[in-house]
Order: sequence, then C-alpha cells, then structure tokens
Amino acid sequence: MRKQKHSESGPGCKGACCLKVSDLGVEMGGSSILHDVSFHLHCGEIVALIGPNGAGKSSLFRTILGQMPHSGSIDFQRADGSAARPRIGYVPQSPSFDRGDPVSVLDFFAAAVSEWPVFLPIPKKLRARVAECLERVHGESLIDKRMGALSGGELQRVLLALALEPLPHILILDEPLSGVDIDGERQLLDMLDEIRTRYDLSILLSTHDFATLERYTDKVILLQSSVLAVGTPEEVLSSEAFRSVFHLDVGRGAR
Amino acid sequence: MELWYQLVGLLPFEWAQPDSMYFMKNALLAVLVITPLFGLLSTMVVQSRMSFFSDALGHSAFTGIAIGTLCGLADPMWGAILFAAVFALLFTYVRRHTNLASDTVIGVFSSTAVALGIFVATLGGGSFTKFNALLIGDILSVEPGKIGLLAVLLAVVVVLWVCAYNHLMLSAVHPALADSRGIRVFWQEALFSMAIAVVVTVSMTWIGLMVINSLLVLPAAAGRNLAKNLRQYHLFSILGALAAGIAGLLTSYYWEASTGACITLYLALYFAITFCFRGKRQ
Repeated sequence: MRKQKHSESGPGCKGACCLKVSDLGVEMGGSSILHDVSFHLHCGEIVALIGPNGAGKSSLFRTILGQMPHSGSIDFQRADGSAARPRIGYVPQSPSFDRGDPVSVLDFFAAAVSEWPVFLPIPKKLRARVAECLERVHGESLIDKRMGALSGGELQRVLLALALEPLPHILILDEPLSGVDIDGERQLLDMLDEIRTRYDLSILLSTHDFATLERYTDKVILLQSSVLAVGTPEEVLSSEAFRSVFHLDVGRGAR
Repeated sequence: MELWYQLVGLLPFEWAQPDSMYFMKNALLAVLVITPLFGLLSTMVVQSRMSFFSDALGHSAFTGIAIGTLCGLADPMWGAILFAAVFALLFTYVRRHTNLASDTVIGVFSSTAVALGIFVATLGGGSFTKFNALLIGDILSVEPGKIGLLAVLLAVVVVLWVCAYNHLMLSAVHPALADSRGIRVFWQEALFSMAIAVVVTVSMTWIGLMVINSLLVLPAAAGRNLAKNLRQYHLFSILGALAAGIAGLLTSYYWEASTGACITLYLALYFAITFCFRGKRQ
C-alpha cells in the first residue's frame, strides 16, 4: 500500500519540494510552545504528526504557514533547486460553519479562487471551474449545498479541494479525521493517497487515529513541545516515548 | 432634487402634491438611500457576528458628537466620524491581539466610550438633554445635502463590496483559512468595522441611536431564514430593508409616530414571517 519513499540522495522530484525544519522554536506570551523541533518532509510522502492535545501541532502548522514568529529555520527546496517559498495548501482544523450560514459550497469556493464578487450572479465559466475542482475529491454533487449543511466528511473534502486549488507543493491538514465517520475516514485517506501519487506532493497531517497510521503514512512524528520520536509508524507506535506520552501499557492500535 | 420632487409628484399621496411637504419628499429619498445601505452592511454584520459591536458603536457614537462640539467644529458630525473610525480600528486591533472573547472586548470599548461621551457632554455643568434628539432620531429633518452625503456613502460601500466582498466573507467565515490564502484578515476586519462605524454615525441623527442597530441586524437575520446562497441572502436583506423603510415612513406619517421605530417594527414583522417559513429551504 505504501509508496516508495524518495531517498535523500535520490533524483529530485517532479516540481514538488522538500521541507526541512531545523531547531524550530516558538514562544507565545513568554512561554515556550515548541522547542528544538527538527524534521524533514520529502515529496510524495505522507507524514503524520501525533501528540496529545496542546502538544503544539497546530502551532507547528501555523508556523510552517508563516503565520507565527519563530526561531530556528524552515527551509524549502524545490526540485528545480530554487529555495523560493512553495505553495502550501492548508486544510484547517474542524472549521465550524454556522449551520444557518447561507454560504453555498459554490459561494465559498468561488470567493476563495476568483476575484468575482460572489454576491452577484456567478458566471457559468466560474461555476464550471469550481465543479472541476470538486471533481478531484469526488464532490461535484455538493456544489449547491450550504457549507453548514455538509457532513464532517463532506466538509473535509470540500476544504481539501480548496487546498488543492491552485495545486500546492505541500499539503497540510490539521486533524482531517476529527468529526468524520469511519466510511468518510477511509474515503478521505484513500483520496490523500491518490492525490500524493498523482500530483507528487508532500502531505503533512495531524491525527489522533493511530489505527490508520501503518496503512496510510510513511513517517510518523511524535510531538510534545519537541520531537519525541520520529520514524516509520511501526517504530514510533512501539517506542517508549509513545507509551509514556499516551500512558499506555500496550502500544498498538489504541486511541 | 428638482427631478426627484417632480417624480414624487406623480405619487397618489396628499403629501406628494407639487410645492408642498418637502420634508416628507426628502425623507422618502433618504429612506431609499439608507435602507439598501443598511441592508447590504447587515449581511456582513450578521455573518461576522458583529451585531453586538454595531450596537456598541451606536451607543457610543454620540461621544464623537460631544467631542466634536467640544472642539468647536461647525458640524460636530465630522468629529464623530473620525472618532467612530478610530474606535473601530482600536477595537479591531485589541480584539485580534488578546485572548479575551469578542463580547468582552466590545463591553470594554462600549462602556469606555459611553462614559467618555457623558463626561465630555456634561463637562463644566453642561446638560445632557441636548443629545436627547439623537436617541430617537428624526428623518423628517434630513436636508438634501445630507442625502447627497448618504448617497456617496452608499456608492463607497457598493465599491467596497465589489472589490473586497470575497475577502471580507472568507475572513469572517474562517480567519485562519483566509490567512493561509494570503488574505490580510486584520485589514479586512478593520476596513469593514470602520465602514459600519462611519455609516452608523452619519445616519444616527435620522434613524435614532436606540433603534439603529435593528437596521444592521434584522434585514440579514430575516434573509438568513430563507436564503440558500449569498445571492438570495443579499436580495432578501436589501429588499426587506427597503420595503420596511418605505412602509415605516408612510406609517409614521399617517400615525404620527417615530419613523425609526416604525421601520424597526416592520423589520421585526419581516423577521417573524420569514421565521415561519425557515424550514422550507433544506
């Protein structure tokens, strides 16, 4: 199931890039949230970030997105050798949409990807473009639904489609599986697997669902203020650090 | 204005007869400009959950008038507009840079501004009664020049909507997502709250501070009961505000009651009716 990883010395990847985080530290209000965080993300890789609530997962994402001041360095390297900032697609954590909000999927999408003011009638061309984007996540039928009326899985798919337009070099998903039922979860993970192969992009996601790690991820990073363990899912799930962070006597498969 | 007076002359009302009741004709034109303006802003006020903010703005807008009077401005409204804009900017800044809940920050700003207003107004033994007129408002006192100013405001807000609506909406719905797509959320919020501040300040003389917030909340609240997308939302909000405005003005004329209150009551009725039909949009 898992795809072949790119070796560090191997040939560059097609357009996608490598993310290198070194000695990253983040402070907020005088207290340290993250310190000495270092890891690599290669293209075509799915990397899972795990850790208890408040471990700094969302802060790490926001830092990579450039929304938080930090110490240490975040380096990007594109296949063409340039270190220009890559495009990062971001799927935020369980965004709460007001159930009564009269914003349709089309409205939301069109507002994010075009300049056309969406309170005016939406041109056919723009509608077709949005439908095309939704097709990537098999969500064409959602186009006229209201954002607030979507199920957890449907909402994640719409947000994923949005993060893929324009096509990013790195895709970041903050707890994409929370609020999604079992079927939706598998559908979403299969989709991510398909996307990283088709577009050769790196995926970094945070999750509390350890049962799916082995099947879907190449690398797992255990984070609690700092990187406690990093390696293949098997390695991390059986590590001493994992057991002590989650207070488990038996390591595997537990939530 | 001559063209307008001629047009109104075609209406079958006694006050619409040529060469009479200019105050009523002015008021009608003002209502036709103000209500779509508030209907439009209303959609975003409700969407970004700023109804409490606009309420606070209304209650503190007289502070600006008081300060303007103190500084000896010929028209204290300009002082009030400046004050409201600064108030909105400061509020947005503090809200973005604190962990406090938004309603707490509003409470802090609102009470400070109201206290400052009362302090300035009563300074040196002054009487507060001169501000009483602002509380109820009187649209019949509107002058053609002020209608022109309102029309300019409407044009500015429409331009703002065409240029910045998408970014405003995304910032309101999901700030972090908007930020990740390169939208400068702080400035979007600041721009919008300043727009509300200026519109509330300019209109309060005619609508009345006590009810002005209803115009910023009710049209969109009713629109949300029915709308399935943003086009319908804007349509229901603007048309509702416009209809309630005209009906409110006419009712206040024939029953001799406050116009602001009449408009608000019609809007409340509009909300009640849409509420009864809300289930049908799924």
